[in-house]
Amino acid sequence: MAKKKKKMPGLNTSSTADISFMLLIFFLVTTSMDTDSGLARRLPQPPDKEQEDAQIDVKERNVLNVRLNAAGALMCNSEIIEISQLRDRAKEFIANPNDLSTLPEKHAKEIDLLGQCYITDKHVISVQTDRGTPYSVYFQVQNELVGAYNELRDELSRSKFGRPYDALNDEQKLAVRTYYPQKISEAEPKNYGGN
Amino acid sequence: MAGFKKKESREMPEMNTSSLPDLIFTILFFFMIVTTMREVTLKVKFTVPAGTELEKLTKKSTVSFIYVGPPTDALRAQMGSGTRIQLNDRYAEPREVMDFVAQERQGMTNQAEQTISIKADTHTQMGIITDIKEVLRKSWALRINYSATRRN
Repeated sequence: MAKKKKKMPGLNTSSTADISFMLLIFFLVTTSMDTDSGLARRLPQPPDKEQEDAQIDVKERNVLNVRLNAAGALMCNSEIIEISQLRDRAKEFIANPNDLSTLPEKHAKEIDLLGQCYITDKHVISVQTDRGTPYSVYFQVQNELVGAYNELRDELSRSKFGRPYDALNDEQKLAVRTYYPQKISEAEPKNYGGN
Repeated sequence: MAGFKKKESREMPEMNTSSLPDLIFTILFFFMIVTTMREVTLKVKFTVPAGTELEKLTKKSTVSFIYVGPPTDALRAQMGSGTRIQLNDRYAEPREVMDFVAQERQGMTNQAEQTISIKADTHTQMGIITDIKEVLRKSWALRINYSATRRN
């Protein structure tokens, strides 16, 4: 007689769906899809010994002093202003559109794609905080300053390339960034607000 | 006869569910890949400020977080309500940030891209933030990100 065929009983896989459903639900619960966002900043390099001794001289017209006190009040050069006014102030300071003698001096510079430009590459925005300044105020000030740069860059790229800054290619972005270099300096905090 | 035939054809054939596990597995793998587990339990409370000029944190693998704020309600009894810094799973002093940064950097493949995201409460005083920033500067972690929500 022929060998009797031994048949393997089929594995019951009906619960596989349940198992994978359970895993799926676990990952659904633990997952966090939201991407974090924030205000990206770059800190200056740590100071060398020599650098600390040699103070860099900056002409007064090239500096925009932004001071924040412990109460969260904002002083821009020697005026007390609101945070909402800061963006326009900063834009005027950075661009110096009318070439005023009180605003940063302009230098001729050859930039790829843009040609000969007169830019305020020596300007510095100095943000000085008190140890008691609320973080929210500091953040809004940073936000406005970065916003001022972004708006200027966007205006420039629209007039030169006909596209918003975000749509430019790397080379064009570099040209626009060279035209408006971001120069926000943060001095050591003073403790002049009491506390 | 005709009526009998009709009745027979009405019976629904059973649906073949043998591919259901495969389907679920596909969705499962999708979630396994996109998921990022929250590695720390928060010990500080914070609401981040709202801003307009935000950038997204794209490369998750190069980002480390520093949390700043008052202790959570459950821990307030022991820890008080002063502002605290949280690194990984514990409270820390500003100077400990340096070790934290070095430790985080070791596990990274692209160390030059290291970004520190500061998640600080809006009511924090700048003193503590400045201390953290000074330490970050000394430890050459220069790319930072003030975590915030979008506002219009």
